[in-house]
Amino acid sequence: MKFTPQQAAKVAALARLRLPEEKLERIASQIGDILNYMEALEACDTAGVEPLYSPVEHPTPLRADVAEKTFQRSDILSGAPETDGTYFIVPKIVAG
Amino acid sequence: MSDILSLSLAGLRARLADRSVSATDAVSSCLERIADTEPAIEALLTVTGEAALTQAQAMDAAGPDASKPLWGVPVVVKDAICTKGVATTCASRILENFVPFYDATCVARLKEAGAILLGKANMDEFAMGSSTENSAFQKTRNPWNLDKVPGGSSGGSGATVAAGQCFAALGTDTGGSIRLPASFCGVTGIKPTYGRISRYGVVAYGSSLDQVGPLARTAEDCAVMLQVMSGHDAKDSTSAPREVPDFAAQTATRKDLKGLRLGLPEEYWGEGLTAEVRACCDQAVDAAKGLGAVVVPVKLPHTKYAIATYYIVAMAEASSNLARFDGVRYGFRHPDAKDLRDLYEMSRSEGFGEEVQRRIVLGTYVLSAGYYDAYYRKAAQVRRLIRQDFLDAFQACDVIVGPTSPFTAFGLGEKADDPLQMYLADIFTISLNLSGLPGLSMPVGLGQESGLPVGLQMFGKAWDEGTILGAANALSGALPQIGMPKI
Repeated sequence: MKFTPQQAAKVAALARLRLPEEKLERIASQIGDILNYMEALEACDTAGVEPLYSPVEHPTPLRADVAEKTFQRSDILSGAPETDGTYFIVPKIVAG
Repeated sequence: MSDILSLSLAGLRARLADRSVSATDAVSSCLERIADTEPAIEALLTVTGEAALTQAQAMDAAGPDASKPLWGVPVVVKDAICTKGVATTCASRILENFVPFYDATCVARLKEAGAILLGKANMDEFAMGSSTENSAFQKTRNPWNLDKVPGGSSGGSGATVAAGQCFAALGTDTGGSIRLPASFCGVTGIKPTYGRISRYGVVAYGSSLDQVGPLARTAEDCAVMLQVMSGHDAKDSTSAPREVPDFAAQTATRKDLKGLRLGLPEEYWGEGLTAEVRACCDQAVDAAKGLGAVVVPVKLPHTKYAIATYYIVAMAEASSNLARFDGVRYGFRHPDAKDLRDLYEMSRSEGFGEEVQRRIVLGTYVLSAGYYDAYYRKAAQVRRLIRQDFLDAFQACDVIVGPTSPFTAFGLGEKADDPLQMYLADIFTISLNLSGLPGLSMPVGLGQESGLPVGLQMFGKAWDEGTILGAANALSGALPQIGMPKI
Protein backbone atom coordinates (compact mmCIF):
# COMPACT_ATOMS: atom_id res chain seq x y z
CA MET A 1 0.00 0.00 0.00
CA LYS A 2 0.98 3.60 -0.48
CA PHE A 3 1.62 5.64 2.62
CA THR A 4 1.88 9.31 1.72
CA PRO A 5 3.97 12.02 3.37
CA GLN A 6 0.65 13.75 4.15
CA GLN A 7 -0.57 10.67 6.03
CA ALA A 8 2.75 10.49 7.82
CA ALA A 9 2.45 14.15 8.84
CA LYS A 10 -1.08 13.61 10.16
CA VAL A 11 -0.12 10.57 12.24
CA ALA A 12 3.08 12.26 13.41
CA ALA A 13 1.03 15.20 14.67
CA LEU A 14 -1.18 12.80 16.64
CA ALA A 15 2.00 11.50 18.26
CA ARG A 16 3.22 15.07 18.86
CA LEU A 17 6.05 14.86 16.36
CA ARG A 18 6.75 17.72 13.95
CA LEU A 19 9.00 16.37 11.24
CA PRO A 20 10.66 18.23 8.35
CA GLU A 21 9.40 17.58 4.82
CA GLU A 22 12.33 15.49 3.63
CA LYS A 23 12.16 13.25 6.70
CA LEU A 24 8.40 12.79 6.25
CA GLU A 25 8.96 11.69 2.68
CA ARG A 26 11.62 9.18 3.65
CA ILE A 27 9.67 7.81 6.62
CA ALA A 28 6.45 7.59 4.59
CA SER A 29 8.11 5.53 1.88
CA GLN A 30 9.75 3.20 4.44
CA ILE A 31 6.49 2.80 6.34
CA GLY A 32 4.73 1.97 3.05
CA ASP A 33 7.24 -0.87 2.52
CA ILE A 34 6.80 -2.11 6.07
CA LEU A 35 2.99 -2.02 5.86
CA ASN A 36 3.17 -3.97 2.60
CA TYR A 37 5.23 -6.57 4.39
CA MET A 38 2.73 -6.65 7.26
CA GLU A 39 -0.14 -7.36 4.88
CA ALA A 40 1.18 -10.93 4.80
CA LEU A 41 -0.90 -11.44 7.94
CA GLU A 42 -4.08 -11.29 5.87
CA ALA A 43 -3.27 -14.78 4.62
CA CYS A 44 -3.40 -16.15 8.17
CA ASP A 45 -6.79 -17.55 9.15
CA THR A 46 -7.66 -16.13 12.55
CA ALA A 47 -11.40 -16.73 12.55
CA GLY A 48 -12.53 -17.33 16.12
CA VAL A 49 -9.03 -16.83 17.59
CA GLU A 50 -9.00 -14.82 20.82
CA PRO A 51 -6.34 -12.07 20.66
CA LEU A 52 -3.33 -12.56 22.95
CA TYR A 53 -2.31 -9.16 24.28
CA SER A 54 0.00 -10.32 27.06
CA PRO A 55 1.69 -13.58 28.03
CA VAL A 56 0.85 -13.01 31.73
CA GLU A 57 -1.15 -15.94 33.09
CA HIS A 58 -1.15 -15.23 36.83
CA PRO A 59 -3.85 -13.07 38.37
CA THR A 60 -2.64 -9.52 38.90
CA PRO A 61 -4.43 -8.56 42.11
CA LEU A 62 -5.27 -4.98 42.93
CA ARG A 63 -3.96 -3.46 46.13
CA ALA A 64 -5.99 -1.27 48.41
CA ASP A 65 -6.27 2.29 47.14
CA VAL A 66 -4.22 3.82 49.90
CA ALA A 67 -1.76 6.60 49.19
CA GLU A 68 1.83 5.75 50.08
CA LYS A 69 4.80 8.04 50.05
CA THR A 70 7.45 6.26 47.99
CA PHE A 71 9.73 9.18 47.15
CA GLN A 72 10.40 12.69 48.35
CA ARG A 73 9.05 15.56 46.26
CA SER A 74 12.60 16.76 45.69
CA ASP A 75 13.48 13.37 44.16
CA ILE A 76 10.54 13.48 41.80
CA LEU A 77 11.41 17.00 40.69
CA SER A 78 15.14 16.31 40.42
CA GLY A 79 15.09 15.44 36.72
CA ALA A 80 12.66 18.12 35.58
CA PRO A 81 13.82 20.73 33.07
CA GLU A 82 12.04 23.47 35.03
CA THR A 83 10.43 23.56 38.49
CA ASP A 84 9.69 26.09 41.19
CA GLY A 85 10.66 23.60 43.87
CA THR A 86 7.05 22.51 44.30
CA TYR A 87 5.65 21.97 40.81
CA PHE A 88 6.78 21.16 37.28
CA ILE A 89 6.75 24.37 35.26
CA VAL A 90 5.55 24.47 31.64
CA PRO A 91 4.90 27.39 29.25
CA LYS A 92 1.65 29.24 29.81
CA ILE A 93 -1.37 27.26 28.58
CA VAL A 94 -4.18 29.70 29.35
CA ALA A 95 -4.39 33.06 27.58
CA GLY A 96 -4.40 36.29 29.58
CA MET B 1 45.43 -9.44 29.72
CA SER B 2 45.48 -10.28 33.39
CA ASP B 3 44.75 -13.84 34.57
CA ILE B 4 41.76 -12.62 36.50
CA LEU B 5 39.97 -11.66 33.29
CA SER B 6 40.26 -15.14 31.85
CA LEU B 7 38.14 -16.46 34.73
CA SER B 8 34.44 -17.08 34.37
CA LEU B 9 32.14 -15.35 36.84
CA ALA B 10 31.83 -18.64 38.71
CA GLY B 11 35.63 -18.97 38.74
CA LEU B 12 36.03 -15.43 40.02
CA ARG B 13 33.52 -16.08 42.83
CA ALA B 14 35.65 -18.97 44.07
CA ARG B 15 38.81 -16.84 44.01
CA LEU B 16 37.08 -13.93 45.74
CA ALA B 17 35.72 -16.26 48.41
CA ASP B 18 39.13 -17.75 49.27
CA ARG B 19 40.67 -14.27 49.06
CA SER B 20 43.24 -15.25 46.42
CA VAL B 21 41.71 -12.37 44.45
CA SER B 22 40.39 -9.21 46.10
CA ALA B 23 37.40 -7.23 44.93
CA THR B 24 39.80 -4.36 44.28
CA ASP B 25 41.95 -6.61 42.05
CA ALA B 26 38.88 -7.67 40.11
CA VAL B 27 37.69 -4.10 39.59
CA SER B 28 41.19 -2.80 38.73
CA SER B 29 41.69 -5.57 36.16
CA CYS B 30 38.39 -4.72 34.50
CA LEU B 31 39.17 -0.99 34.47
CA GLU B 32 42.55 -1.64 32.86
CA ARG B 33 40.91 -3.82 30.25
CA ILE B 34 38.33 -1.11 29.61
CA ALA B 35 41.08 1.47 29.14
CA ASP B 36 42.86 -0.87 26.68
CA THR B 37 39.89 -1.95 24.60
CA GLU B 38 37.28 0.79 24.83
CA PRO B 39 38.84 3.03 22.16
CA ALA B 40 38.44 0.15 19.70
CA ILE B 41 34.98 -1.16 20.61
CA GLU B 42 33.14 1.71 22.39
CA ALA B 43 30.83 -0.63 24.27
CA LEU B 44 30.21 1.65 27.25
CA LEU B 45 28.39 4.97 27.59
CA THR B 46 29.42 5.52 31.21
CA VAL B 47 32.26 4.06 33.28
CA THR B 48 31.81 4.37 37.03
CA GLY B 49 35.46 3.51 37.74
CA GLU B 50 36.06 5.63 40.81
CA ALA B 51 32.87 4.60 42.58
CA ALA B 52 33.54 0.95 41.72
CA LEU B 53 37.06 1.12 43.19
CA THR B 54 35.89 2.88 46.33
CA GLN B 55 33.19 0.28 46.83
CA ALA B 56 35.60 -2.61 46.19
CA GLN B 57 38.09 -1.26 48.74
CA ALA B 58 35.38 -0.94 51.38
CA MET B 59 34.20 -4.49 50.65
CA ASP B 60 37.74 -5.85 50.90
CA ALA B 61 38.17 -4.12 54.25
CA ALA B 62 35.04 -5.86 55.54
CA GLY B 63 35.97 -9.23 54.00
CA PRO B 64 34.05 -11.65 51.79
CA ASP B 65 30.40 -12.31 52.61
CA ALA B 66 29.35 -15.85 51.78
CA SER B 67 25.69 -14.86 51.93
CA LYS B 68 26.15 -12.63 48.88
CA PRO B 69 26.39 -14.68 45.67
CA LEU B 70 27.92 -11.85 43.62
CA TRP B 71 30.22 -10.46 46.31
CA GLY B 72 32.87 -8.36 44.57
CA VAL B 73 31.85 -9.28 41.02
CA PRO B 74 32.12 -6.35 38.55
CA VAL B 75 29.13 -6.09 36.22
CA VAL B 76 27.88 -3.75 33.49
CA VAL B 77 24.23 -2.72 33.04
CA LYS B 78 22.50 -1.82 29.78
CA ASP B 79 21.67 1.88 29.64
CA ALA B 80 17.94 1.12 29.40
CA ILE B 81 17.93 0.10 33.07
CA CYS B 82 17.76 2.70 35.83
CA THR B 83 20.78 3.04 38.10
CA LYS B 84 20.53 5.39 41.04
CA GLY B 85 22.81 8.39 40.65
CA VAL B 86 24.28 7.10 37.36
CA ALA B 87 23.11 8.49 34.00
CA THR B 88 20.58 6.28 32.20
CA THR B 89 20.23 7.56 28.65
CA CYS B 90 18.71 4.68 26.69
CA ALA B 91 21.26 5.90 24.10
CA SER B 92 18.86 8.74 23.30
CA ARG B 93 19.34 12.51 23.22
CA ILE B 94 15.99 12.85 24.95
CA LEU B 95 17.44 11.20 28.09
CA GLU B 96 21.00 12.45 27.66
CA ASN B 97 21.01 14.17 31.05
CA PHE B 98 18.67 11.82 32.91
CA VAL B 99 20.07 10.63 36.24
CA PRO B 100 17.58 8.31 38.01
CA PHE B 101 16.98 8.77 41.73
CA TYR B 102 16.24 5.06 42.15
CA ASP B 103 17.54 1.66 41.06
CA ALA B 104 15.59 -0.73 38.88
CA THR B 105 14.60 -3.76 40.96
CA CYS B 106 16.99 -6.00 39.01
CA VAL B 107 19.87 -3.60 39.72
CA ALA B 108 18.92 -3.30 43.39
CA ARG B 109 18.99 -7.10 43.64
CA LEU B 110 22.40 -7.31 41.97
CA LYS B 111 23.73 -4.74 44.44
CA GLU B 112 22.18 -6.56 47.41
CA ALA B 113 23.97 -9.68 46.18
CA GLY B 114 27.30 -7.82 46.31
CA ALA B 115 27.82 -6.98 42.63
CA ILE B 116 29.84 -3.88 41.77
CA LEU B 117 28.55 -1.62 38.97
CA LEU B 118 31.34 -0.84 36.49
CA GLY B 119 29.38 1.13 33.94
CA LYS B 120 26.49 1.38 31.52
CA ALA B 121 26.39 -0.31 28.13
CA ASN B 122 25.62 1.21 24.75
CA MET B 123 22.51 0.06 22.87
CA ASP B 124 20.18 0.93 20.03
CA GLU B 125 18.17 3.99 21.05
CA PHE B 126 15.26 2.80 23.24
CA ALA B 127 16.31 -0.77 22.34
CA MET B 128 15.04 -0.29 18.80
CA GLY B 129 17.46 -2.02 16.49
CA SER B 130 19.48 -5.13 15.83
CA SER B 131 22.96 -3.66 15.42
CA THR B 132 23.45 -0.94 18.09
CA GLU B 133 23.99 1.49 15.20
CA ASN B 134 20.87 3.40 16.31
CA SER B 135 22.64 4.72 19.42
CA ALA B 136 22.57 8.52 19.44
CA PHE B 137 26.09 8.60 20.90
CA GLN B 138 28.47 6.02 19.45
CA LYS B 139 28.76 2.94 17.31
CA THR B 140 29.92 -0.13 19.20
CA ARG B 141 32.14 -2.50 17.22
CA ASN B 142 32.23 -6.27 17.46
CA PRO B 143 35.32 -7.34 19.46
CA TRP B 144 35.89 -10.23 17.03
CA ASN B 145 36.06 -7.93 14.01
CA LEU B 146 35.96 -4.16 14.37
CA ASP B 147 34.27 -3.73 10.98
CA LYS B 148 31.26 -5.71 12.15
CA VAL B 149 28.29 -4.83 14.36
CA PRO B 150 27.93 -6.43 17.80
CA GLY B 151 24.22 -7.13 17.19
CA GLY B 152 21.50 -5.34 19.04
CA SER B 153 19.89 -3.91 20.78
CA SER B 154 22.06 -4.92 23.78
CA GLY B 155 25.20 -4.65 21.62
CA GLY B 156 27.25 -2.86 24.27
CA SER B 157 26.41 -5.62 26.77
CA GLY B 158 27.49 -8.34 24.33
CA ALA B 159 30.70 -6.54 23.37
CA THR B 160 31.76 -5.67 26.93
CA VAL B 161 31.45 -9.30 28.07
CA ALA B 162 33.15 -10.66 24.94
CA ALA B 163 36.03 -8.21 25.34
CA GLY B 164 36.62 -9.25 28.95
CA GLN B 165 35.76 -5.82 30.35
CA CYS B 166 33.45 -7.36 32.97
CA PHE B 167 32.17 -10.74 34.13
CA ALA B 168 28.53 -10.30 33.21
CA ALA B 169 26.24 -7.64 31.82
CA LEU B 170 22.52 -7.01 31.88
CA GLY B 171 20.59 -6.72 28.67
CA THR B 172 16.94 -6.43 27.78
CA ASP B 173 15.22 -8.60 25.19
CA THR B 174 12.05 -7.43 23.44
CA GLY B 175 12.56 -9.29 20.15
CA GLY B 176 15.99 -10.88 20.50
CA SER B 177 18.00 -8.03 21.96
CA ILE B 178 19.92 -10.27 24.38
CA ARG B 179 20.24 -13.35 22.18
CA LEU B 180 21.33 -11.66 18.94
CA PRO B 181 24.29 -9.77 20.48
CA ALA B 182 25.18 -12.86 22.53
CA SER B 183 25.31 -14.79 19.25
CA PHE B 184 27.26 -12.14 17.30
CA CYS B 185 29.74 -11.58 20.15
CA GLY B 186 30.27 -15.22 21.12
CA VAL B 187 28.85 -15.12 24.65
CA THR B 188 25.89 -16.74 26.40
CA GLY B 189 22.72 -14.76 27.05
CA ILE B 190 19.29 -15.71 28.34
CA LYS B 191 15.87 -14.14 28.03
CA PRO B 192 13.88 -15.58 30.92
CA THR B 193 10.18 -16.39 30.91
CA TYR B 194 8.06 -13.24 30.75
CA GLY B 195 7.38 -12.34 34.37
CA ARG B 196 10.48 -13.99 35.84
CA ILE B 197 12.32 -10.70 36.45
CA SER B 198 10.70 -7.44 37.49
CA ARG B 199 10.61 -4.72 34.84
CA TYR B 200 10.38 -1.97 37.46
CA GLY B 201 12.92 0.70 36.54
CA VAL B 202 13.49 -0.66 33.04
CA VAL B 203 12.66 1.89 30.36
CA ALA B 204 9.61 0.42 28.63
CA TYR B 205 9.61 -0.38 24.92
CA GLY B 206 7.13 -3.21 24.28
CA SER B 207 5.69 -3.92 27.70
CA SER B 208 4.17 -7.31 26.84
CA LEU B 209 7.49 -8.44 25.30
CA ASP B 210 10.31 -6.85 27.36
CA GLN B 211 12.38 -8.97 29.73
CA VAL B 212 15.70 -8.32 31.46
CA GLY B 213 18.38 -11.00 31.36
CA PRO B 214 22.11 -11.57 31.74
CA LEU B 215 24.87 -11.97 29.17
CA ALA B 216 27.95 -13.77 30.44
CA ARG B 217 30.69 -16.15 29.34
CA THR B 218 28.97 -19.38 30.37
CA ALA B 219 25.54 -20.81 31.09
CA GLU B 220 26.62 -21.31 34.70
CA ASP B 221 27.45 -17.61 34.98
CA CYS B 222 24.06 -16.70 33.51
CA ALA B 223 22.39 -18.99 36.05
CA VAL B 224 24.01 -17.15 38.98
CA MET B 225 22.92 -13.78 37.63
CA LEU B 226 19.40 -14.97 36.83
CA GLN B 227 19.03 -16.45 40.30
CA VAL B 228 19.77 -13.16 41.98
CA MET B 229 17.36 -11.09 39.87
CA SER B 230 14.39 -13.48 39.66
CA GLY B 231 11.21 -13.44 41.68
CA HIS B 232 8.11 -11.43 42.33
CA ASP B 233 8.33 -7.68 42.88
CA ALA B 234 5.34 -5.80 44.22
CA LYS B 235 6.32 -2.87 42.01
CA ASP B 236 5.67 -4.83 38.78
CA SER B 237 2.33 -6.63 38.64
CA THR B 238 3.50 -8.65 35.61
CA SER B 239 6.30 -10.22 37.65
CA ALA B 240 5.08 -13.65 38.64
CA PRO B 241 4.47 -14.66 42.25
CA ARG B 242 6.25 -17.99 41.79
CA GLU B 243 9.03 -19.75 43.60
CA VAL B 244 12.41 -19.41 41.97
CA PRO B 245 14.19 -22.74 41.50
CA ASP B 246 17.90 -23.18 42.17
CA PHE B 247 19.11 -22.42 38.65
CA ALA B 248 22.78 -22.66 39.54
CA ALA B 249 22.34 -26.18 40.90
CA GLN B 250 20.21 -27.23 37.92
CA THR B 251 22.90 -25.88 35.59
CA ALA B 252 26.03 -27.18 37.24
CA THR B 253 24.75 -30.70 37.91
CA ARG B 254 23.84 -31.44 34.31
CA LYS B 255 26.77 -33.29 32.75
CA ASP B 256 25.06 -35.05 29.84
CA LEU B 257 21.83 -34.84 27.87
CA LYS B 258 20.60 -38.40 28.38
CA GLY B 259 16.92 -38.69 27.58
CA LEU B 260 16.52 -35.00 26.76
CA ARG B 261 14.32 -34.54 23.69
CA LEU B 262 15.56 -31.74 21.42
CA GLY B 263 12.98 -30.44 18.96
CA LEU B 264 14.40 -29.11 15.68
CA PRO B 265 11.79 -26.86 14.01
CA GLU B 266 11.92 -27.30 10.26
CA GLU B 267 11.18 -23.57 9.83
CA TYR B 268 14.51 -22.73 11.55
CA TRP B 269 16.68 -25.20 9.71
CA GLY B 270 15.53 -24.62 6.13
CA GLU B 271 16.77 -22.32 3.41
CA GLY B 272 18.32 -18.99 4.29
CA LEU B 273 20.98 -20.20 6.71
CA THR B 274 24.51 -19.41 5.64
CA ALA B 275 26.70 -22.48 5.17
CA GLU B 276 28.93 -21.60 8.12
CA VAL B 277 26.01 -21.12 10.52
CA ARG B 278 24.50 -24.41 9.40
CA ALA B 279 27.83 -26.22 9.81
CA CYS B 280 28.41 -24.98 13.38
CA CYS B 281 24.81 -25.64 14.45
CA ASP B 282 24.80 -29.12 12.87
CA GLN B 283 28.01 -29.89 14.73
CA ALA B 284 26.40 -28.78 17.99
CA VAL B 285 23.36 -30.99 17.41
CA ASP B 286 25.67 -33.93 16.68
CA ALA B 287 27.53 -33.22 19.92
CA ALA B 288 24.19 -33.13 21.78
CA LYS B 289 23.31 -36.54 20.33
CA GLY B 290 26.71 -37.77 21.49
CA LEU B 291 25.72 -36.67 25.01
CA GLY B 292 22.56 -38.75 24.84
CA ALA B 293 20.00 -36.27 23.52
CA VAL B 294 17.22 -37.50 21.30
CA VAL B 295 16.49 -35.31 18.30
CA VAL B 296 12.91 -34.98 17.08
CA PRO B 297 11.54 -32.89 14.19
CA VAL B 298 8.92 -30.31 15.22
CA LYS B 299 6.92 -27.68 13.39
CA LEU B 300 6.28 -24.01 14.17
CA PRO B 301 4.04 -23.34 11.17
CA HIS B 302 3.20 -19.70 11.98
CA THR B 303 6.86 -18.63 12.02
CA LYS B 304 6.38 -16.99 8.62
CA TYR B 305 4.05 -14.45 10.25
CA ALA B 306 6.29 -13.73 13.24
CA ILE B 307 8.13 -10.63 12.00
CA ALA B 308 4.97 -8.86 10.82
CA THR B 309 3.17 -9.79 14.04
CA TYR B 310 6.05 -8.74 16.22
CA TYR B 311 6.61 -5.35 14.64
CA ILE B 312 2.92 -4.44 14.80
CA VAL B 313 2.72 -5.36 18.48
CA ALA B 314 6.08 -3.83 19.40
CA MET B 315 5.51 -0.55 17.55
CA ALA B 316 2.00 -0.18 18.93
CA GLU B 317 3.26 -0.65 22.47
CA ALA B 318 6.26 1.60 21.81
CA SER B 319 4.14 4.47 20.50
CA SER B 320 2.10 4.31 23.68
CA ASN B 321 5.06 3.89 26.06
CA LEU B 322 7.07 6.70 24.49
CA ALA B 323 4.24 9.18 24.95
CA ARG B 324 5.69 9.85 28.41
CA PHE B 325 8.69 11.68 26.96
CA ASP B 326 7.11 15.11 26.87
CA GLY B 327 9.79 17.49 28.07
CA VAL B 328 7.89 18.21 31.29
CA ARG B 329 8.96 15.87 34.09
CA TYR B 330 12.39 14.69 32.97
CA GLY B 331 14.50 14.48 29.87
CA PHE B 332 15.20 16.97 27.11
CA ARG B 333 13.09 20.11 26.76
CA HIS B 334 13.48 22.25 23.66
CA PRO B 335 14.58 25.71 24.79
CA ASP B 336 12.62 27.58 22.09
CA ALA B 337 9.16 26.18 22.88
CA LYS B 338 6.62 29.00 23.24
CA ASP B 339 3.54 27.03 24.25
CA LEU B 340 2.74 23.55 25.51
CA ARG B 341 2.15 21.97 22.10
CA ASP B 342 5.42 23.47 20.91
CA LEU B 343 7.09 22.02 23.95
CA TYR B 344 5.85 18.49 23.22
CA GLU B 345 6.47 18.58 19.50
CA MET B 346 9.81 20.35 19.48
CA SER B 347 11.24 18.31 22.37
CA ARG B 348 10.16 14.98 20.87
CA SER B 349 11.15 15.91 17.32
CA GLU B 350 14.66 16.91 18.33
CA GLY B 351 15.13 14.42 21.19
CA PHE B 352 14.20 11.17 19.43
CA GLY B 353 16.28 9.65 16.64
CA GLU B 354 14.82 8.65 13.31
CA GLU B 355 14.24 4.93 13.96
CA VAL B 356 12.36 5.80 17.15
CA GLN B 357 10.25 8.37 15.31
CA ARG B 358 9.52 5.89 12.53
CA ARG B 359 8.30 3.33 15.05
CA ILE B 360 6.20 5.89 16.91
CA VAL B 361 4.49 6.94 13.66
CA LEU B 362 3.91 3.33 12.60
CA GLY B 363 2.70 2.34 16.04
CA THR B 364 0.34 5.30 16.22
CA TYR B 365 -0.98 4.41 12.77
CA VAL B 366 -1.71 0.74 13.53
CA LEU B 367 -3.57 1.80 16.69
CA SER B 368 -5.58 4.55 15.04
CA ALA B 369 -9.33 4.38 14.45
CA GLY B 370 -10.17 2.33 11.39
CA TYR B 371 -6.86 0.43 11.37
CA TYR B 372 -6.79 -1.05 14.86
CA ASP B 373 -8.66 -4.23 13.94
CA ALA B 374 -6.80 -4.78 10.68
CA TYR B 375 -3.37 -4.47 12.30
CA TYR B 376 -3.16 -4.58 16.07
CA ARG B 377 -6.04 -6.94 16.82
CA LYS B 378 -5.12 -9.18 13.90
CA ALA B 379 -1.51 -9.33 15.10
CA ALA B 380 -2.66 -10.21 18.62
CA GLN B 381 -4.69 -13.10 17.17
CA VAL B 382 -1.72 -14.39 15.18
CA ARG B 383 0.33 -14.00 18.33
CA ARG B 384 -1.87 -16.57 20.04
CA LEU B 385 -1.35 -18.98 17.13
CA ILE B 386 2.42 -18.48 17.33
CA ARG B 387 2.32 -19.26 21.04
CA GLN B 388 0.17 -22.31 20.40
CA ASP B 389 2.77 -23.57 17.90
CA PHE B 390 5.29 -23.67 20.75
CA LEU B 391 2.90 -25.34 23.17
CA ASP B 392 2.15 -28.00 20.55
CA ALA B 393 5.84 -28.52 19.75
CA PHE B 394 6.63 -28.95 23.45
CA GLN B 395 4.30 -31.94 23.54
CA ALA B 396 6.99 -33.79 21.59
CA CYS B 397 10.18 -32.32 23.04
CA ASP B 398 11.73 -30.73 26.14
CA VAL B 399 13.86 -28.08 24.45
CA ILE B 400 13.56 -26.44 21.02
CA VAL B 401 16.88 -25.87 19.27
CA GLY B 402 17.80 -23.72 16.28
CA PRO B 403 20.27 -21.10 15.09
CA THR B 404 20.04 -17.67 16.77
CA SER B 405 20.55 -15.87 13.46
CA PRO B 406 20.76 -17.04 9.85
CA PHE B 407 24.16 -15.30 9.57
CA THR B 408 27.10 -14.17 11.67
CA ALA B 409 27.67 -10.48 12.53
CA PHE B 410 27.09 -8.24 9.52
CA GLY B 411 29.11 -5.18 8.50
CA LEU B 412 28.72 -1.76 10.08
CA GLY B 413 26.43 0.24 7.80
CA GLU B 414 25.39 -2.83 5.81
CA LYS B 415 21.71 -2.71 6.80
CA ALA B 416 21.57 0.76 8.33
CA ASP B 417 19.62 2.43 5.51
CA ASP B 418 16.91 -0.20 5.09
CA PRO B 419 14.78 -0.69 8.20
CA LEU B 420 12.91 -3.68 6.80
CA GLN B 421 16.15 -5.57 6.08
CA MET B 422 17.25 -4.83 9.65
CA TYR B 423 13.96 -6.20 11.02
CA LEU B 424 14.43 -9.42 9.07
CA ALA B 425 17.62 -10.13 11.06
CA ASP B 426 15.34 -11.01 13.98
CA ILE B 427 13.60 -13.88 12.18
CA PHE B 428 14.62 -16.59 14.67
CA THR B 429 14.45 -14.59 17.89
CA ILE B 430 11.14 -12.71 17.93
CA SER B 431 8.63 -15.56 18.13
CA LEU B 432 9.89 -16.32 21.61
CA ASN B 433 8.98 -12.85 22.93
CA LEU B 434 5.52 -13.11 21.41
CA SER B 435 5.05 -16.41 23.26
CA GLY B 436 6.60 -15.23 26.54
CA LEU B 437 8.76 -18.37 26.79
CA PRO B 438 12.41 -18.49 27.90
CA GLY B 439 15.33 -18.88 25.51
CA LEU B 440 19.09 -18.59 25.47
CA SER B 441 21.84 -18.22 22.90
CA MET B 442 25.17 -19.97 23.39
CA PRO B 443 28.32 -19.91 21.25
CA VAL B 444 28.85 -23.12 19.28
CA GLY B 445 31.90 -22.26 17.20
CA LEU B 446 33.46 -19.78 14.79
CA GLY B 447 32.14 -19.63 11.26
CA GLN B 448 34.57 -21.18 8.79
CA GLU B 449 34.23 -18.34 6.32
CA SER B 450 33.92 -15.26 8.54
CA GLY B 451 35.81 -16.42 11.62
CA LEU B 452 32.98 -14.90 13.66
CA PRO B 453 30.99 -16.56 16.47
CA VAL B 454 27.90 -18.61 15.68
CA GLY B 455 25.11 -18.83 18.25
CA LEU B 456 22.68 -21.65 18.92
CA GLN B 457 19.36 -21.00 20.61
CA MET B 458 17.59 -23.21 23.10
CA PHE B 459 13.95 -22.47 23.92
CA GLY B 460 12.35 -23.92 27.02
CA LYS B 461 8.89 -24.41 28.44
CA ALA B 462 7.52 -21.59 30.56
CA TRP B 463 9.43 -21.27 33.87
CA ASP B 464 11.87 -24.00 32.82
CA GLU B 465 15.02 -21.91 32.45
CA GLY B 466 16.89 -24.53 34.50
CA THR B 467 16.58 -27.14 31.76
CA ILE B 468 17.94 -24.95 28.97
CA LEU B 469 20.74 -23.59 31.18
CA GLY B 470 21.71 -27.13 32.20
CA ALA B 471 21.57 -28.35 28.61
CA ALA B 472 23.71 -25.42 27.44
CA ASN B 473 26.23 -26.12 30.18
CA ALA B 474 26.52 -29.78 29.28
CA LEU B 475 26.65 -29.12 25.53
CA SER B 476 29.27 -26.43 25.90
CA GLY B 477 31.59 -28.96 27.54
CA ALA B 478 31.39 -31.14 24.43
CA LEU B 479 32.17 -28.35 21.95
CA PRO B 480 35.47 -26.71 21.00
CA GLN B 481 35.83 -23.48 23.01
CA ILE B 482 36.02 -20.28 20.95
CA GLY B 483 38.15 -18.45 23.50
CA MET B 484 38.29 -14.67 23.66
CA PRO B 485 38.81 -12.25 20.77
CA LYS B 486 42.13 -10.49 20.29
CA ILE B 487 41.41 -6.79 20.11
